[in-house]
Amino acid sequence: MIRTSIKITSEKLNLQECYAFVEDDSCGGISAFIGTVRNDTQGKKVTQLDFSTYKPMALKEMQKIAEIALKKFDIYKIAIHHAEGMLQIGDIPVIITASAKHRKSAFLACEFAIDTLKETVPIWKKEHFSDGEVWVNAHP
Amino acid sequence: MNINTLFFGITTDLIGTSNLELQLDHAMSIADFKMLLMATYPQLKNLASYAIAVNENYATDNVILKNNDTVAIIPPVSGG
Repeated sequence: MIRTSIKITSEKLNLQECYAFVEDDSCGGISAFIGTVRNDTQGKKVTQLDFSTYKPMALKEMQKIAEIALKKFDIYKIAIHHAEGMLQIGDIPVIITASAKHRKSAFLACEFAIDTLKETVPIWKKEHFSDGEVWVNAHP
Repeated sequence: MNINTLFFGITTDLIGTSNLELQLDHAMSIADFKMLLMATYPQLKNLASYAIAVNENYATDNVILKNNDTVAIIPPVSGG
């Protein structure tokens, strides 16, 4: 059985799809993390975010995270979906869902997955402001 | 020796392209490759840091490059 769903897409992410993938009668809970595009960075108004990826490697790294989470937290299934391309304020760049027999495992798996994704998965965002644009985390 | 070199994120802007075919006249480690890259493209010094991936896997400085490897320059990631 496939216990991981990994996706990078330029289409709108689908929360229902991530939910349906992990849902199972054996589970007592499903946890979801939904990332959303915030309208400011350090007091500066963000107009939109542009996500670019090294797609084949990003998919591999997301798969690794999912497999580690399965082993580490005793979860049943996990979905990690990430968007690419231009996103507007309020749009969803990332959805992570995890199902487990007991809720604690699901919470921990989601937190682990988003924290690790932000450290290891080759995806970059460029913040667009009304007066320019900046690659996030790029400069000292 | 032919190395397909990929640039992402801010490095695409710094180098001005996302893909270069680099010819090396002898085998070298990632550490040597990084020195060569910095010497050829000093604008990369504007980066906070960067990682290297060889054939879609993160690689440490001691890895030795082979002919036709794909090397990716990975600036600090910011997904999520």
